[in-house]
Amino acid sequence: MDSPQPKSKKRPRPQLTLGATLALGLLISAFSGALDPYFLDVLTSMGIAVILAVSLNLVTGFTGQFSLGHAGFMSVGAYISAGITTALFAGNPLGNSAFAQSGFFLGSLLLGGLGAAFAGLCVGIPSLRLKGDYLALVTLGFGEIIRVVFQNIEPIGGALGLNGIPPYTSVFWVITWAALTVFVIHSLVHSTYGRGFVATHDDEIAAEAIGLDTTRYKIVAFVVGAFFAGVAGGLYAHFRLSIVPTGFDFTKSIEIVLMVILGGMGNTIGVILAAVLLTLLPEVLRPIAAYRMVLYSLLLIVLMVSRPRGLFNLNWAALLLHLKKRTTETLTKRGAAK
Amino acid sequence: MQSNTEPMPRHTPSPAPLTRGQPPACKINEPTALAVDDLYVSYGAISALRGISLNVPAGAIVTLIGGNGAGKTTTLQTLSGLVRAKSGRIHFLGEDITALAPHEIVARGLCHVPEGRMVFPQLTVDENLSMGAYLRKNAAAVAQTRDTVFTLFPRLKERLRQSAGTLSGGEQQMLAIGRALMSAPKFLMLDEPSLGIAPRLISTIFEKIVEINRSQGVAILLVEQNAKLALEISTHAYVLETGHIAMQGPSPTLRNDAQLKAAYLGG
Repeated sequence: MDSPQPKSKKRPRPQLTLGATLALGLLISAFSGALDPYFLDVLTSMGIAVILAVSLNLVTGFTGQFSLGHAGFMSVGAYISAGITTALFAGNPLGNSAFAQSGFFLGSLLLGGLGAAFAGLCVGIPSLRLKGDYLALVTLGFGEIIRVVFQNIEPIGGALGLNGIPPYTSVFWVITWAALTVFVIHSLVHSTYGRGFVATHDDEIAAEAIGLDTTRYKIVAFVVGAFFAGVAGGLYAHFRLSIVPTGFDFTKSIEIVLMVILGGMGNTIGVILAAVLLTLLPEVLRPIAAYRMVLYSLLLIVLMVSRPRGLFNLNWAALLLHLKKRTTETLTKRGAAK
Repeated sequence: MQSNTEPMPRHTPSPAPLTRGQPPACKINEPTALAVDDLYVSYGAISALRGISLNVPAGAIVTLIGGNGAGKTTTLQTLSGLVRAKSGRIHFLGEDITALAPHEIVARGLCHVPEGRMVFPQLTVDENLSMGAYLRKNAAAVAQTRDTVFTLFPRLKERLRQSAGTLSGGEQQMLAIGRALMSAPKFLMLDEPSLGIAPRLISTIFEKIVEINRSQGVAILLVEQNAKLALEISTHAYVLETGHIAMQGPSPTLRNDAQLKAAYLGG
């Protein structure tokens, strides 16, 4: 806070990473005509997965609140933003101006995110006083309720879902939002204020005893997480072009939780890699068709058993020490042999 | 040395002779920092505290001793707002704090160091200390407090960039106390600072507790199973037994009490 922080020098500059990722996004979208559409599809899916996983990581990984309702927040964002664009696109008032369309799309995404954040606030305020299993149950319940609600609103398609959503999502949008999500959440958690999220996770009683309002931290985490989930939902809707309530069910939430656990709780890089991996895996396994999901599940079990603290949770210091020891051992052996 | 598991013989309510046995070590004239009046706490159907009343004068060290499950930790957690009282009142510096939230209580200068070295293992020592000053806005004053903490515990300064989870037990306890001091408390509640710490370090920690009390005038309510040590550094003591106060008096008097000796001081 007031003392010099030399560690910020060691840490990779998040602003630089953000800039580099945005530039990459621009580059890819500039050449998107030349790239394989399948590749672009997978890349878009990956980006959306990254937004979902990193935003859930703020809630579950950093703040330690086990939420099973992330797909619910995603669906709120998806329906709001797709509802807006679909209703207005019907008359095509914007014509074909790319600029107007982009601004319009951005606005709808933001509204979707805000809607999801509001839903997060409504669920969070009463339920974040609960701990552990109870919170998981409440968020699970929320996810199911929101799904049933969307199933019964006829103007947005009911159980048949919402169709004819304009195809606004491009790789550029997804990469930009993914980079923004990572940047915002990383900066938030590593700020002086944000260390309170980790403190809440590490020891709630100690955090309260030194004067942290842990309930407020949990609500902030929940609302910010829900906002980005809502944005991801909006991107998803304008990418798939049709959404059905059952697409945002419990299984989807579990999939996101899985990315966070596999990547390692509170490990941003790990969670990003896990999101990429879990999106790629079903694609790579496509050739074996029928056995695909069986193998996918098996792989997950093996990964969880062998690396329970996250696939990418490596102790770099210990690894380096081990390597150093090994090399000196072999060197001395060689010396002795001579 | 540690508390005996067998229940202490029922002590008929006669704290009066004890109090009169010797001139009280704590000054009666001192204003009361913390006054607890007839506190009842229960967890569901189980009552944990049954009518606790105690006083801590400003600037004093008062200890709360008793065996496992006597209600010592519950008492502290209720005082800091982590657990809600069923009935009874808590006054801190004249103000009723019974219904306040933990962060509001900390803001008033009553800080609690929880049991079992509750530091934030993923945060560095530096960040842990910063979290302690969470409610303070004046950066210069916080920096000054940080220096005071480093003078008190030089070890913390050496380990500033290390994550707290990698510290030894004694160092974690120092950090927990240092972190509490960062909130510039007027009153410190320590829950078993000797728990699970190397014997050599226990005396260091206790010396520091006395130093905090003497040099900064911070009143201390100390909960301890190590009754011998607690009675040595405190002026007044309360003996808690299954949720009520079984005995109280000036620490030197209690130290020589036969019943207490048999039950808590190992004969």
